[in-house]
Amino acid sequence: MSNTNSRIDRRFAALKAEGRAGLVAFITAGDPDHDTCLGLLKGLPGAGADLIELGMPFTDPMADGPAIQASTLRALAAGARMTRTLDLVKAFREGDADTPIILMGYYNPVYAYGVDRFLADAKAAGVDGLIVVDLPPEEDGELCLPAQAAGVNFIRLATPTTDKARLPAVLANTSGFIYYVSIAGITGAGSATSDAIAAAVAHLRTGTDLPVAVGFGITTPDGAADVARVADAAVVGSAIVRRLEANLDADGKAKPGLVPDVLGFVGELAAGVRGARK
Amino acid sequence: MSLNTYRAGPDEHGHFGIYGGRFVAETLMPLILDLEKAYTAAKDDPAFKAEMGYYLNQYVGRPSKLYFAERLTNELGGAKIYLKREELNHTGAHKINNCIGQILLAKRMGKTRIIAETGAGQHGVATATVCALFGLPCTIYMGEVDIARQQPNVFRMKLLGAEVKPVTSGSRTLKDAMNEALRDWVTNVGDTFYIIGTTAGPHPYPALVRDFQSIIGHEVREQMMAMEGRLPDTLVACIGGGSNALGLFHPFLDDAEVAMVAVEAAGHGIETGAHAASLTGGRPGVLHGNRTYLLQDGDGQILEGHSISAGLDYPGIGPEHSWLHDVGRVTYVSATDTEALGAFQRLSKVEGIIPALESAHALAEVIRRAPTLPKDHLMVVNLSGRGDKDIFTVARELGVSL
Repeated sequence: MSNTNSRIDRRFAALKAEGRAGLVAFITAGDPDHDTCLGLLKGLPGAGADLIELGMPFTDPMADGPAIQASTLRALAAGARMTRTLDLVKAFREGDADTPIILMGYYNPVYAYGVDRFLADAKAAGVDGLIVVDLPPEEDGELCLPAQAAGVNFIRLATPTTDKARLPAVLANTSGFIYYVSIAGITGAGSATSDAIAAAVAHLRTGTDLPVAVGFGITTPDGAADVARVADAAVVGSAIVRRLEANLDADGKAKPGLVPDVLGFVGELAAGVRGARK
Repeated sequence: MSLNTYRAGPDEHGHFGIYGGRFVAETLMPLILDLEKAYTAAKDDPAFKAEMGYYLNQYVGRPSKLYFAERLTNELGGAKIYLKREELNHTGAHKINNCIGQILLAKRMGKTRIIAETGAGQHGVATATVCALFGLPCTIYMGEVDIARQQPNVFRMKLLGAEVKPVTSGSRTLKDAMNEALRDWVTNVGDTFYIIGTTAGPHPYPALVRDFQSIIGHEVREQMMAMEGRLPDTLVACIGGGSNALGLFHPFLDDAEVAMVAVEAAGHGIETGAHAASLTGGRPGVLHGNRTYLLQDGDGQILEGHSISAGLDYPGIGPEHSWLHDVGRVTYVSATDTEALGAFQRLSKVEGIIPALESAHALAEVIRRAPTLPKDHLMVVNLSGRGDKDIFTVARELGVSL
C-alpha cells in the first residue's frame, strides 16, 4: 500500500543508515504571521528537524491543548487559509527538495477545499503526507484512500487505546510512518513514561515494518532523547509553539529574534535526538 | 433513491445518506465502538427497557400531557393547536428523557464519571440531575458567554452537585463546550461516559439520543388517537441540534399524511449573517464527529452562531436532520429573535404557560402557520422546555431591569 519511494520513505531510510532517530518538528502554518512562519519553516532543516509537520489551522481543534489552540487561532487571525498553507509549502520546496512535509490538522478545511483538488494542489506544492486527526480507519474512503492513490502518504495515529484487536485496522491503509500518540489526551498535556513508550513501540512493531514516530508530551531535549532511543522519530509540537509564543509582544506580533530563538530551541531538541543512541 | 421507510437509518457506519459517520480521533474510536455495542445490547434487553420505563414514569413524570391550547387556537382562528408539554417533565425540558437513558447505559458499562456539554443549561441541569440520582460525579462544560446569560441554570447545576467548568476558548458557547468535553473524554478514556445532549456527535450518538427522545412522538401518537381518533396533520418543533424535533417526528416519519416543520433560529435575520440556521444558511461539513450542515466560511472554518436562545446557538445540526432536509421529508424554516420573543410573551399571556425561548421559535411558526389552515387541522407543537430560565434574558430584551 505504501509508496515505497516517497520523500518520507527516503528520509527514514537515510536515518536508519545513519543509525539514529529523527526529529519531527511541528509548527502551525501562518503562526504568528505568514512571513515569520515561512522564515521558521525554511530554517527548520538547518536547525536539525528531519521531518516537518505543518499544522493546517482550524477554528475547532478538538484534540489540541491550549498552546496549539492559541497558535491556530493566531494564524487564522493573521489571515491563514488553505491556499496560504500550500503557498508556504511551495515556497519551502523551492529551497529544499529533501525534507518531508506533512500537513496535519482536521478534516473540515480539506473537505471544504474539495478532496480531489486538495490532493492535486498539495502534491503539486510538495506535500508528502497527511495526518488528519478526525479521520479514523472507519472513514478511510474520505481522504486516506484517495491520498494513497494520489501518491500522498496518509499517516495514521495509534494511541494507548489502540489494542491488539484494533491494531490491524489502524495499520491497514497507513503509509510513510506510524505516529504513536503516547498519552490518552490532548496535545501539550502530560507525558508517558519511557517504559510505557518502549512497550507501545514494541507492540506496534509486531504489526508493521513502517517507522514509528512518537509524539505528545515531549517538551525537552532529554525527553526527545528518551524517545529517540526506542522509536524511529520523536515529534515535538506544543513545546515549539510555546517557545514561539514566548517571542510575541502584547499584541501577538512577532518580536525581533523570534525565528532564531525558536530555531535555537529546535537545535537543542535535535541535539538530544542525535545524541540519544551514542 | 426511492424509500419505503424514513426510519431505517443510520446504516452500520452511522450514515444517514451522506451525513453522520464517526469523525473522531483514534483515541476515542474504541470507546465509540464499545458504546455502540453496549447500546445495541441494551436496546433489546427487556430489563433495560423496564428500568428506563420506571424512571421515566416515577421520576420524570411521564407521560407528559398533550394539551389542547384552546385560547391560542381561538385567537389564531385556524388550526387546532395542541401543546406537547415536555416542559412539565422533571427539570423542565425534554432533555431529561435522553439523560435517563444514557446514565443507565453508563451504569451498564461500568463507567464511574460523567461529563457533558451544555448551551442553555437545560441539558447540563438534566445531566447533573441524573448524576445526583445515581450518585456519580459530574463535570459540565459550558461556554463563558452562556454562563453569563443562563445564571439560574448554572446555579441549579451546582446545587445538584455538578462541577461547572467555564469554557473560555473560541466563541465561548456551545460548540466550544463540546470541544472541551471531547478534550476531557480523550484524556479520561477509562472511566468517563460522555452524555451528549442532542442528536449529533459521532455514531451511535445521533441514533441513540433520537431513540431516547422518540418517547415524545410515541406518546403524541397514542394521545392524539385517544383525543381525536386520528393522527395529527402537522408537527412543529424548534431545532438547534435537533433532539426535541426528532423525538417528536421520528415515530411519524412513515405516516405520509403527517407534515413536519422544524424551526431554526434566524437570530437577527438570515440576511444579517447573525443567526444559527445551519440548514438555511450553511452547507455540509465535518465537525464534532459527524458530517452535517454547518455554518462555515469558504475555507471550512466554523462560524459562530447567534440566537437569543442559548440552546439553539450552535453552528451545526444533527445529521439525520440534514438527511431529512435533503430528501424533503421535513420542512425547515426559521424564526428570528424578535418573532421568538413575541411568541414567548403571547403564550405566557394567552395560555398561562411561559415557554423556553427555544420552544418559542416553534410557537412563532405556529403563529404564522395556524391562521392559514382550516379549523379541523390538527397541529402539535413541542413545548420542549419552560421559560423560567429565560426571564432575565427576556427582561433585558424588553428593557426591564429585575
